[in-house]
Amino acid sequence: MATAEKPKINLEDAFVMEAPALADWLIVAPLVVGFIFAALCLMTRKNTKLQPLIAMSGLVLILACVAGLFLHVLFNGTVIMAMGRWLPPFGIAFVADMLGATLALVAGIVGLATGIYALREADDTERRYGFYPFLLMMLAGVICAFLTGDIFNLYVWFEVLLLGSFGLLVLGSRREQLDGATKYAFLNLVATTLFLIAVAYVYGLFGTLNMADIARKAAAMEDVGPRLTIAALFFFAFAMKAAAFPLNFWLPASYHTPRLAVGAVFAGLLTKVGVYALLRVLLTLFPTDRDDLAISIAVVAAASMLLGALGALAQTDMRRLLGYLVISGIGIMLAGLALGSATGLSGTAFYTAHSMVVMTALYLMVGVIGAAGGTFDLNRAGGLYKAMPWLSVIALILAFSASGLPPFSGLWPKIYLVKASIDVGAWWLAGAILVSGFLTTIALVRLFAYAFWRPAREGASVGDAAARPIIAIGYPVLAGLCALTVIAGVYPEPFIQVADRIAVELMNPAGYVEAVYGPAQAADAAVSTGETTQ
Amino acid sequence: MEVAVAVLTGLYFAVSIYLMLSQHIIRILLGTVTLSTGANLTIFAMGRITREVPPIIPDGRYLPAEGAANALPQALVLTAIVIAFSLFAFLLVLVMRSYQELGTDDTEAMRDAEPRGEPLPPLGY
Repeated sequence: MATAEKPKINLEDAFVMEAPALADWLIVAPLVVGFIFAALCLMTRKNTKLQPLIAMSGLVLILACVAGLFLHVLFNGTVIMAMGRWLPPFGIAFVADMLGATLALVAGIVGLATGIYALREADDTERRYGFYPFLLMMLAGVICAFLTGDIFNLYVWFEVLLLGSFGLLVLGSRREQLDGATKYAFLNLVATTLFLIAVAYVYGLFGTLNMADIARKAAAMEDVGPRLTIAALFFFAFAMKAAAFPLNFWLPASYHTPRLAVGAVFAGLLTKVGVYALLRVLLTLFPTDRDDLAISIAVVAAASMLLGALGALAQTDMRRLLGYLVISGIGIMLAGLALGSATGLSGTAFYTAHSMVVMTALYLMVGVIGAAGGTFDLNRAGGLYKAMPWLSVIALILAFSASGLPPFSGLWPKIYLVKASIDVGAWWLAGAILVSGFLTTIALVRLFAYAFWRPAREGASVGDAAARPIIAIGYPVLAGLCALTVIAGVYPEPFIQVADRIAVELMNPAGYVEAVYGPAQAADAAVSTGETTQ
Repeated sequence: MEVAVAVLTGLYFAVSIYLMLSQHIIRILLGTVTLSTGANLTIFAMGRITREVPPIIPDGRYLPAEGAANALPQALVLTAIVIAFSLFAFLLVLVMRSYQELGTDDTEAMRDAEPRGEPLPPLGY
């Protein structure tokens, strides 16, 4: 054996030598908790009394972990954890910066809210077929997609959340569900495969998959052509995920078909993962190519927000109306990405978090309306104002919040985005934001007018006994989500501070690289950027 | 070697796009499988493709030999194959179920989620 003449190797060059601090483990905790509790739920799937208890404790634990992580990042800056002790760029890194931690926190809130609502909505059959395992695994996938620092790993998390969402979408196997799920599954699969092809090109061009490493090599690269191609391919793939115009047609075909709890968690989380990936790839990895793509992104953003809102106006079904509003919201988030200024990006960050909460709440609210009135059809609904006065208060708050009217949380990010558009002279983008807000107001106030104000039809039974459990569980969940949007609306200072910090971090990719590599190594790396990874 | 793989990848992409433009779900399904194979070949071609030096570290050394094959793309392709395969299995069952339930595999005729000729939304109060 050759152990005798073993040369002295300095392990510190390649390995993490000391164990990470206890608080840093929070970054992988959502993944561990999500998968363990999903497995426990699967084991107890025949016991439909015990399984919800396990699932709820899992969701509460995940929320506790992401809340802890958010506070940790808020006070101590970006947290990084390298898997298997290998230092970047070799090991798979998990990186929680302010953007990732904030979105993970909101995802935890949305997951818990829909989990509670589903306690009454999902029936025993759906629980046996795995509602809670799918939900927990999808939530773990979404949170890990927000926190990973490795582009191939991001692909893996996309697939994890995709499989969880397929499972949730077909639960119940009604005709329209199968139809919607087929379209959703194929289009999302094509989008993820395109993303994988882009990852392959990234590996071929830079020889690395670590996002920080890509960022620093891309910044040093003189040749724009291949980098711009990759950035455009990423933009195409993630825009499809985020349902931006003209790649949005799978969303209104599928989101209204499953149970409302499932629609709510989809509307809150899935498209926003696409937006997050766009922000991460175009701002941290390829910032100069974002400048080249800015005008196309702006056009896509304006078209998404206007056509989404117009589509919402043309719907009779309340659930499909909300599907179009999701698309419209995606357009508003992309507007900040197109502008690329600090004001625009903090608007986007704030709007993304706001939209996750409000879209989830809107879907759950329509679920309660449907349960109470027995219909989702705007032509037939009515009479809820008298039957459920508190629900109409909630509905009005959510309608105003989604349209960006004061004093709720939609107002501030829109002000930021309009100001940022006018600052760079993009009056048409500012106009599109305002017009889409106006159209959204009409669509949602019409929903309010028909479902609440209009007296009930002859012989319609509003709020009968069968709907009681869903209504009873719907009120506290909706009240909690509404409280969030009201607080963010009337006391926006802390939320704006977080959004501003996210924008500063996104504008400064060097800071991300430095957080992953450590200050000394980042300086070394800046000197020898021509190195290969052989 | 890379050129041959690149041409093959192009062929795979061409076939998959042709299949995915079809109206029939089963062809679209075959198209997506071909697309993911094309993507896997792309990853494979992006690493060094060599037949001469296997990526095995000889006894007593700490680094593989100069010009050894790159093992990382193979690990990536392996992961991607497993994921694509599981998705293919899911889609196959989904397509079969929807064919049984809806009685068609023509995407134009599958209009249950978005039925044709829906009434207009209420136009006045």
